[in-house]
Amino acid sequence: MSVILVFLLVIAGFAGWWLSHQRLTAKPWLEQGVAGDFVGFDRSSLPTAKIGLGVFLAVVGCLFSLFTSAYFMRMGLSDWQPLPLPRLLWLNTGVLALSSVALQCAVVAARRGQVDTVRLGLATAGLTALAFLAGQLIAWRQLTEDGYLLASNPANSFFYLITAMHGLHILGGLVGLGRTSAGAWNGTQRERLRLSVELCAMYWHFLLFVWLCIFAVLAGWAATFVSICQRLLT
Amino acid sequence: MAIVLVLVLIVVGSVLFHLLSPWWWTPIASNWDYIDNTIIISFWITGIVFAAVVLFMAYCVFRFRHREGNRAAYEPENKRLESWLMIATAAGVTALLVPGLFVWSRFVNVPSDAADIEVIGQQWQWSFRLPGKDGKLGTSDTRIVSAENPLGIIPGDPNGQDDIVVEAADLHLPVGKPVKVLLRSIDVLHDFYIPEFRAKMDMIPGSVTYFWFTPTRTGNFQVLCAELCGQGHPLMHGVVMVDTEQDYLAWLGQQQTFAQLSAPKQTGSANQPSEKTMASSLDVAAKLEKLEAR
Amino acid sequence: MVDVTPADAVPPAEVAEMELYHPHSWWTKYVFSQDAKVIAVQYSATATAIGLVALMLSWLMRLQLGFPGTFDFITPEAYYQFITMHGMIMVIYLLTALFLGGFGNYLIPLMVGARDMVFPYVNMLSYWVYLLAVLVLVSSFFAPGGPTGAGWTLYPPQAITSGTPGGQDWGIILMLSSLILFIIGFTMGGLNYVVTVLQGRTRGMTLMRLPLTVWGIFTATVMALLAFPALFVACVMMLLDRLLGTSFFMPAIVEMGEQLQHNGGSPILFQHLFWFFGHPEVYIVALPAFGIVSDLISTHARKNIFGYRMMVWAIIAIGALSFVVWAHHMYVSGMNPYFGFFFATTTLIIAVPTAIKVYNWVLTLWRGDIHLTIPMLFALAFIVTFVNGGLTGLFLGNVVVDVPLSDTMFVVAHFHMVMGVAPILVIFGAIYHWYPKVTGRMLNETLGRFHFWVTFLGAYLIFFPMHYLGLMGVPRRYAELTDMNIMTESAHHLNSFISIMAFIVGFAQMVFLFNLIWSIRHGREAGGNPWRATTLEWQTPETPPAHGNFGKDLPIVYRWAYDYSVPGAKEDFIPQNVPGTFGPSREPA
Repeated sequence: MSVILVFLLVIAGFAGWWLSHQRLTAKPWLEQGVAGDFVGFDRSSLPTAKIGLGVFLAVVGCLFSLFTSAYFMRMGLSDWQPLPLPRLLWLNTGVLALSSVALQCAVVAARRGQVDTVRLGLATAGLTALAFLAGQLIAWRQLTEDGYLLASNPANSFFYLITAMHGLHILGGLVGLGRTSAGAWNGTQRERLRLSVELCAMYWHFLLFVWLCIFAVLAGWAATFVSICQRLLT
Repeated sequence: MAIVLVLVLIVVGSVLFHLLSPWWWTPIASNWDYIDNTIIISFWITGIVFAAVVLFMAYCVFRFRHREGNRAAYEPENKRLESWLMIATAAGVTALLVPGLFVWSRFVNVPSDAADIEVIGQQWQWSFRLPGKDGKLGTSDTRIVSAENPLGIIPGDPNGQDDIVVEAADLHLPVGKPVKVLLRSIDVLHDFYIPEFRAKMDMIPGSVTYFWFTPTRTGNFQVLCAELCGQGHPLMHGVVMVDTEQDYLAWLGQQQTFAQLSAPKQTGSANQPSEKTMASSLDVAAKLEKLEAR
Repeated sequence: MVDVTPADAVPPAEVAEMELYHPHSWWTKYVFSQDAKVIAVQYSATATAIGLVALMLSWLMRLQLGFPGTFDFITPEAYYQFITMHGMIMVIYLLTALFLGGFGNYLIPLMVGARDMVFPYVNMLSYWVYLLAVLVLVSSFFAPGGPTGAGWTLYPPQAITSGTPGGQDWGIILMLSSLILFIIGFTMGGLNYVVTVLQGRTRGMTLMRLPLTVWGIFTATVMALLAFPALFVACVMMLLDRLLGTSFFMPAIVEMGEQLQHNGGSPILFQHLFWFFGHPEVYIVALPAFGIVSDLISTHARKNIFGYRMMVWAIIAIGALSFVVWAHHMYVSGMNPYFGFFFATTTLIIAVPTAIKVYNWVLTLWRGDIHLTIPMLFALAFIVTFVNGGLTGLFLGNVVVDVPLSDTMFVVAHFHMVMGVAPILVIFGAIYHWYPKVTGRMLNETLGRFHFWVTFLGAYLIFFPMHYLGLMGVPRRYAELTDMNIMTESAHHLNSFISIMAFIVGFAQMVFLFNLIWSIRHGREAGGNPWRATTLEWQTPETPPAHGNFGKDLPIVYRWAYDYSVPGAKEDFIPQNVPGTFGPSREPA
C-alpha cells in the first residue's frame, strides 16, 4: 500500500499548503461586521471548471495509485511471471505524447485566437489518441497470440486490467475532446473555447503522465528503481 | 426534564448492568489472562469517561435549561481548558495503549519451547496435524489435496511421513505446555476460535498463519469458526480436549501417522478416516438440508 | 471602532452570473431537475426507501437470532443474504448517500450562499447513476440464486465460491456492479460538493466562517473521493476473478472436493483494499454527523459552538488520520502481526481529536440556554450513543484486546452504536431541524417526541447489552446459535429481548415516516426561520427556497455562523448576513 500512501501524502501536501493560506488560526468571532477585507480568501481566481477537473484528476490519480499498489503487493507472491512487453508500446507512447503536444499547440493557438490552428491541433490530438487506442488493442492481440492470456498469470491480468483502465479514461477524454471540437467548428465564443481547450490539454497531459508511470511499472523499471533506492537506504 | 432523568438513569443503569448482569466472559483456560486484565483496565478507564461525560451533560441540561428571560453566556473558546482536556485524554489513551502493546508483543513472540501443531480448516470441519516423532511438520500443498490425501501433505517430504493426522475428529492437548498453532485452510477463510483460550486467528488459503497459547486447565472446549465461511459457518464446530500428560500420551498412541494412512490399502482400516471425513461432511450437509427443509 | 458597516459600503458580491438552468416543464422541474434542492430530496427519498428494505431485513435477522428454529423460511442461506444486504445498504446506499447526496446537496449551496452546485448537470447525473446502482442492487433479490450472502465485507474466496449464497450465481456479480455504479455516481456528486465549497462561497464567507455542517460534509466528501477508488479497484478485480478466472485474490483452493482453476492469489490483498476504503468510510458517515450535530447543539442551546477553531482542526485531523488506521480491522486476519503495533497506535491517537469534539459539544451546553426541542433531544442522544460506541472502539482498536473480541457480537454492538445509531440519531435530529426549511411546515411535535423516546431508548437497549454477548464469546454472523457451549440459557433470553426491542424501534420509524408525509400538508406553518438560527439557509427570501436560493442578490456574509447570545445585541442571534459590530469587547481583526 506504499504507492497509494505516497500519493495521498502528495495530496495532503497540496491540501496543507492550501489550508495554510486560509487563515485557519483566525478567531472568526472577532471578525464581525466585515465582508470585504478578505479578498483572496473567498475563492480561487482559477476558473471553477479547472478546479473541478483538478479534483477529478486527483481521484483518477488515486485510482491508478491503488492499482499500482495492488500490483506491487501481488507481485511479491511466488507465482508471478513477468511478461515481455510488446515493443509496439514504445510507438504507442510516442503517439500519445504527440497527442499531448498537439493539444498544447491548440492551447497556445486558442490563447492567441487562431481558430484554424486550434482546429488543426484538436483534430491531430483526436486522431493520435485514437491511434494510441488502436495501438494498445494491437499490443493486446500480439500478447494473446503469443499465449499471454488474461487468466494465465497475474502479471498478464494486471497488464490487461491497467491498460484497459487507462484506455477507458482516454476514451472518456475523447468524448470531451469531441465536444470541444464541435465548439471549435461551430464558432463558440473565444474565451469559452480557450477554457475548453485548456481543460482538454490538462486532462491529456495528466493521462500521458499516468501512462508513463504505469508503463514504467509494467516494464519493471519501477520495481528496479525501488529496489535500488532500498539498497541505497540500507 | 425527562431527558435529565433518563441520562442519569442510563449511566446508573449501564454501570449496574455491567456489575450485576450474568453475561460475562467464560472462565479462562489459557495463559492469556493478560488480555482479560487489559480489558478490565479498558472498562475502568472508558467507564469513568462515559459516566463523567453523560452526567456532566445531564447536569448542564438540568442547570441551564431554557427558562423565560435566560440568556446564554458568551464564550467562544477557552484555550487552557481545551489544552488540559487534550492532555488528560492523551494520558488516558496512553494508559490503554501501553499495556495493550506490551501484551501484544508477548502475543506475537512465540516462546521457543512451544510445540507446533497444525489446524486445517475446510468447509465446514476442522482437522489437525501433529509433527510426530521428529518434531517437524512436513510441507503441504493445497494443489495435491484429494480424497486419499485430504490435508495435502506432500508425500515426498520425509518430515511428513510420521506426522499424526487427526482428520475431522477431536484434538487433544497436554495441559501446561505452550503450543504454537499453525493455521491453514484449503478453501475459504476460517478462524480458529476457542472462547476459553481468548486467542484466535484467521486461516487463509495459500498461506500459514499462527498464534500461540498455553492451556492452563484440563477440560473439553468447543471450537468455533469466527470468520464467515459460507452457509455452513455456524455449524463448523470442533472439540479440543486439554488432557493431563498421561491421558494425552494415551490418546496420542492411538493416532495414525500419515505414512500409515497413505500406505497402499493393506487393510480396510487405512481408509477409515477418509470415510469419516465423508461422514462428517455429509453430517453438515444433512444439517443444512434439515434447516432448509424447515 | 466601526459600529455599523452599512451594507452598501461593501462591494456587491462579484459572482459571475451563474448560468442557472431554468426548468421549463414539470419533468425538468421535478424529475430531471438540476436544482440541488430537488436532487437532495430525490437522494433522500431513494435512500430512505432502500433503507426501509434494510430495516425489514434486520427484522428478519432478529427473528432468527431471537427465536431460533421458530421461523422455517429463514434458512442459513437466506440469513446470510439478509445480513449482507442489510449491512451494505445501511453503510453505502443509505448513510453515505443520505449524508452526502441528501444533506450535502441541500445544505452546501444554501449554507455557503451559492445559487446552486457548480456543475448542476453532473449533479443530476450523479443522482440517476445512484438510482441505477440501487436498482441493480434490488434486482439481485430477484436474480436466480438470490442476492449475495458473503457478508458486507465480501471477503474472497468465499464471496465467489459455491458454498456462499450467490457466490456462483448472479448475486455477487450484481453486488459488485452496483458498487461500481455507486462509486461512479458518487464521484460525480462529490466533485460538486467539494468544488462548490471551494468556489461557490459568497462574498465574505471565508473558510473559518463556514458552519461546521459544511466543514463536516466537505471533509467527508474529500475523504470519500480518495477512499472509494480503493473499493472500485477491489470490486473490478474481484469481478475479473469471478467472471474471467483471473487470480488477483484467489489462491489455489479445493472447494467441496474439487480443485478450482485459480492459483496464487492473495485474499489479504482484498482485505487491504477493502479496508483502505472501509475505514475512511466510517468517518465519511461520522464527519457530516459531527458537523450537523455541532450546529444543532449551538442553535438550540443559543450559544456559539465552544472552541470552533479546535472543532475545525479536529475534523481535518480526523480526516487525515483515518487513512492510516485501516488495518485495525485486520488484526486477526493473518497479516504480519508486527503491523499491529503501528495500527493500534494510530487508531488510539485518533481518539484524541474525537474526544475534543465530544468535550466541545458538552461544553457548548455549559451556561447555555438549552431549548429541549426535538433536534436538541436527538443531539443529546447522539452524544450518549457516540461516546458509548466510541469508547468501545478503544477496546477494539487496542490490538490485543481485539483478539478475543473481534468477530464477536461485541464488534456488532460497537459499530452499530457508533456508526449506526449515532449518525442516524443525527439524521433524525437534522430532519426535524431542516424539515421546516424544505417544506415550510413543522413536523408534528407529539409524534416527534414519541419517535425520539422509542428510538433512543430502544436502540440503547438493543446495543448496550449486545456487547456482553460478545464478551461472552458469541460470534457474529451465526445463523444458528444452537449447540453453543458458551451460551447460557439466559443469553438466549437476552437475544429474544434484543429482538423484541428491535421490532419496537422499527415500528417507531413507521410513525416517523407517517409524520414526514402527514406534515407536508398538515404541519404547523413554520415561517422562514423557526429556530431563530444564524446560518444563511434560514435567511432565504422564500421558504421553501426557490430555484436560485437567494432571490436577486446573493447574501453578503459579515460574521461567523455562531453569533448567538452576543453581549450587546438585542436578539440572542445575529444572522450571518447582518452587518454591524456588537459587544464591547470586540475589535475587528
